[in-house]
Amino acid sequence: MDAFTTHTGVGVPLRRSNVDTDQIIPAVYLKRVTRTGFEDGLFAAWRNDPDFVLNRSAYAAGSVLVAGPDFGTGSSREHAVWALQNYGFKAVISARFADIFRGNAGKAGLLAAEVDDKVVQRLWEHLEANPGASVTVDLTSRTVRAGEGEEAIVDSFDIDDYTRWRLLEGLDDIGITLGHDADIAAYEAGRPAWKPATQHAR
Amino acid sequence: MGRTLAEKVWDEHVVRSAQGEPDLLYIDLHLIHEVTSPQAFEGLRLAGREVRRPDLTLATEDHNVPTLDWDKPIADPVSRTQVDTLRRNAGEFGVRLHPLGDVEQGIVHVVGPQLGLTQPGMTIVCGDSHTSTHGAFGAIAFGIGTSEVEHVLATQTLMQAKPKTMSVTIDGSLPAGVTAKDMVLTLIAHTGTGGGQGYIVEYRGQAIEELSMEGRMTVCNMSIEWGAKAGLIAPDETTFAYIEGRPEAPRGADWEAAVAHWRTLVTDDDATFDKEIVLDASTMTPFVTWGTNPGQGVPLGGTVPAPEDFEEPNARVATEKALEYMGLTAGTPMRDIRVDTVFVGSCTNGRIEDLRLAAEVIRGHRVAAGTRLLVVPGSVRVRLQAEEEGLDLVFKEAGAEWRGAGCSMCLGMNPDQLAPQERSASTSNRNFEGRQGKGGRTHLVSVPVAAATAVRGTLSSPADLGPTTEGDD
Ligand code: SF4
Repeated sequence: MDAFTTHTGVGVPLRRSNVDTDQIIPAVYLKRVTRTGFEDGLFAAWRNDPDFVLNRSAYAAGSVLVAGPDFGTGSSREHAVWALQNYGFKAVISARFADIFRGNAGKAGLLAAEVDDKVVQRLWEHLEANPGASVTVDLTSRTVRAGEGEEAIVDSFDIDDYTRWRLLEGLDDIGITLGHDADIAAYEAGRPAWKPATQHAR
Repeated sequence: MGRTLAEKVWDEHVVRSAQGEPDLLYIDLHLIHEVTSPQAFEGLRLAGREVRRPDLTLATEDHNVPTLDWDKPIADPVSRTQVDTLRRNAGEFGVRLHPLGDVEQGIVHVVGPQLGLTQPGMTIVCGDSHTSTHGAFGAIAFGIGTSEVEHVLATQTLMQAKPKTMSVTIDGSLPAGVTAKDMVLTLIAHTGTGGGQGYIVEYRGQAIEELSMEGRMTVCNMSIEWGAKAGLIAPDETTFAYIEGRPEAPRGADWEAAVAHWRTLVTDDDATFDKEIVLDASTMTPFVTWGTNPGQGVPLGGTVPAPEDFEEPNARVATEKALEYMGLTAGTPMRDIRVDTVFVGSCTNGRIEDLRLAAEVIRGHRVAAGTRLLVVPGSVRVRLQAEEEGLDLVFKEAGAEWRGAGCSMCLGMNPDQLAPQERSASTSNRNFEGRQGKGGRTHLVSVPVAAATAVRGTLSSPADLGPTTEGDD
């Protein structure tokens, strides 16, 4: 996984709350067996609408999504994160994320930055008034920034310390866990014999 | 100080705990299906890693499989590749797989409990958010993403921050004709879709204790629909009776040891929860959704709400958008809504008890003209059991379609989909935009409501079917 320190890119205002994973990528797009190519299914139902934000040229190259609360509710599909990444998004800003989505984002290296609802409102207004304007998400200082001078928006975002550390270092979870192999083996040695198994020695 | 049930189960599975880091949690059972696993196996292959515990791993084909012609090769080449990939991966990594055509094939959350693999006090994960279903047995069970699937395959553990705990106490008894589904839809409308976020929820109280295991699974299944990490119910005699004698249940002295341990899995009297909710079952009625998330529901006797009914600006906008998508006008009585398709199935309501309930309502009636009823058993075992009891004949005589086992129209990944603007009454768990097919409109309902709706062609309860039955609300 690539390390993430800071990113500046075109901000995309998505004025919707409760953007669930079926809206991010419908199930019919989940049939690939690779991790790439899912951008074709991103927000599939809305992409036919010429007024949909990503269909407007100023936002098409967006890499920072600013969405309403309860983003990513629903399914566990990590494809939702991959679809956003495959499209080119590096970060999503919202007032609240669904737990599984937040976890998946952290694993796959997409920054899920949780900010106050007021910050989302201000970012929306700024990005709508200035189509194509950029937003900076700085993981080192945990801040989001947009605009300049009087109008500037600067605020902090929430992310748990552990995920932040892993993203900053670009660390692979499995590698870390395999370092604790002795602990796992010790735990296994103490598991009760009556615990179920899917395969049985003959 | 005492501990809650969730804390006891959690503590029993901590492999390693360190300040400032998530706990490393041991996983007792890892369930796998074709959609969220291919990239995980690919990751293992690329890193030269093996599956650490194939004996704690079980795979089945469910999300993507056809419910017609299941003995023929899958017609859609992309779906076929995904299913073939699972078969190849299971073979290569030594994972037990129940493929299409196998007697144990079915929806992963129906198969686990049915085999007796789902037991109290376990940690169970699957690359599917409705893994919370297994919490009905007093297990901590939750959905994970594909990166985590790979992590569990490689290490049999997961890194997890300890969630907060919540209790949902449902006092009293459910009135006749009101089901576990109505209970959980009522709860979600009460809490909103984000109300459970960050919590493991314990469902308790008289109404929960009175539920069958099937009903408890329905409630726990939908925990994720109000954002909870997991939902669970303390194991009791109902639980033990359900498990005993199943193929993978402990036997003899093992059974005694297991039950002795399971009896300790209750929340201590002096334990405290981070949050508590109390509801009264005796006031509940059949409950249905009108909108595009599971929290947008009203009693069947109610009407479609208006955006102005909501104070919060986000909820107002969401209502406006939902009404437009659903093609509904505020103020319309729910019972006046015409339905094109009724879907009985899914891991929420696709078990044998659900099919019995549906057959009981349908028996002697016919599916309304212009409405189709799709009955999809949750597993092959459920299908065979239903056929043994003659339930398939009841459905077929009424004009319903009797299908093979799988997720089917719950998520519209196989050919079982709604057409644009087609309206369904569905016993599944999600009414998201496009969930059952692009442009499709879903109303979430209980099994009796689904069956009665199929007969009348409009959202209905069994009480609407005949003059001899009492009113329900
Ligand atoms: S039946 Fe529906 S909710 Fe259940 S596992 Fe299948 S797709 Fe998921």
